Amino acid sequence: MTNHEPIVEELGALHRAAPSDLLDTVLQGVDLADSYTEIAGPTGHAFVAWNGRGITAFVPVDAAGTREEFEKRHPRKAFFVDVPPQPLAKYLDHTIKTGRLGHLPVDFSSIGEFQRRVLEKCAEIPPGEIRPYGWIAREIGNPGAVRAVGTALGRNPVPVLIPCHRVVRTDGRIGSYAYGSPMKRQLLEHEGLDPAAVESAARRGVRFVGSDTTGIYCFPTCHHAQRIGDRHRVEFRSEEAARADGYRACKVCRPAA
Amino acid sequence: MTTTLDQLPIRLAADRDGAFPDLVRHLQDGVYSGVLQFTRSRQDAEDVTQETFVRVYRALGSYDAARIRNLRLRAWVWTIALNLCRNRARGAARRPEAPLVGDRADRFEDAAAQALDNAGLEEWRRRLAALPGPQRAAVVLHHVVGLPYAEIATSTGRSESTTRSDVRRGLAKLRTMIEEEAR
Repeated sequence: MTNHEPIVEELGALHRAAPSDLLDTVLQGVDLADSYTEIAGPTGHAFVAWNGRGITAFVPVDAAGTREEFEKRHPRKAFFVDVPPQPLAKYLDHTIKTGRLGHLPVDFSSIGEFQRRVLEKCAEIPPGEIRPYGWIAREIGNPGAVRAVGTALGRNPVPVLIPCHRVVRTDGRIGSYAYGSPMKRQLLEHEGLDPAAVESAARRGVRFVGSDTTGIYCFPTCHHAQRIGDRHRVEFRSEEAARADGYRACKVCRPAA
Repeated sequence: MTTTLDQLPIRLAADRDGAFPDLVRHLQDGVYSGVLQFTRSRQDAEDVTQETFVRVYRALGSYDAARIRNLRLRAWVWTIALNLCRNRARGAARRPEAPLVGDRADRFEDAAAQALDNAGLEEWRRRLAALPGPQRAAVVLHHVVGLPYAEIATSTGRSESTTRSDVRRGLAKLRTMIEEEAR
């Protein structure tokens, strides 16, 4: 541009910097970018990734390895940041501390409808409590899909945050976990549950626990069941047995359809 | 930004996802500045700029490597941006005007910073809007964005000599407008 008259300079002065968040918005718009950081989880450090829609991944550092290895295995480009933005950081902290998802958004955009329903149902299980796979299948209206529920939970992109460790086998055994059975037990212990005691009760055939004062039966780890004193505690091997004794199902843990 | 604009097509051909963020970094200020003159609010300009790059990314996904290597990147991006601006203008004719001032106030620390940023924007946009479409596009792309005539010609589909005369005639009209305003 050889022309240096005022009009040309004024036109040149109309140049503006793009808004600072434009790149991030574009990258997220084409599903190219997540951010991630390293946080202290309930049983050790973990990488947690997110984008504008919510959390996209939670991987224990032990399982992920270095940052480079995490980035390589993450399905999208991920940029490391020291601190997550607010209010995400606040929600994340709350979830780690309380074991409840709360307001923490999860990015379900690349997750199928069935898996999404399984994960959302799973997120309802309170900390320190467990439910069988069949319970989730029934609650989401697919009582026959017990195995599919297991598969969906096994592919949970945000374990710990969505507590798939609180879902156990129907026979009462703690069962397997994407990051190994020991971590599943460790997470439950961290929430105040004794996996060995749970399994030993299950081996004795205990599936449900009732109170003879209320006439209500629950899953053994339901917080209502845990409040029943020894004198009033009644154990059942099946829903049929509980109902035959005149007990009704708890409306909180919903042990029966 | 370690890559120059000239090297980007080669990188994009080899690794679209890896090189795309650099493409946005290289071109976002220019695209935003130009689009700002063709749209009616900052928000519109921001939307169109974002949409431009999203479409660029998708288009790259449908091109083979040879075609990407031979792209005149900036001119091609502007072809997409100009199309979006035209579509937006068509739709905007039916919507109420959104003024620049007071728009996206969160971008600015205070009113003074915003006033400074708005300086000249409104009056120039009004003047530029009075130009015939091709002249406005050529003037904005050459003098606001800083594109050479050849790239403007590629992005508008007109010849380089026509582009030169579009810019010349556009500037002449703007001068007349300013003189008349001063009277």
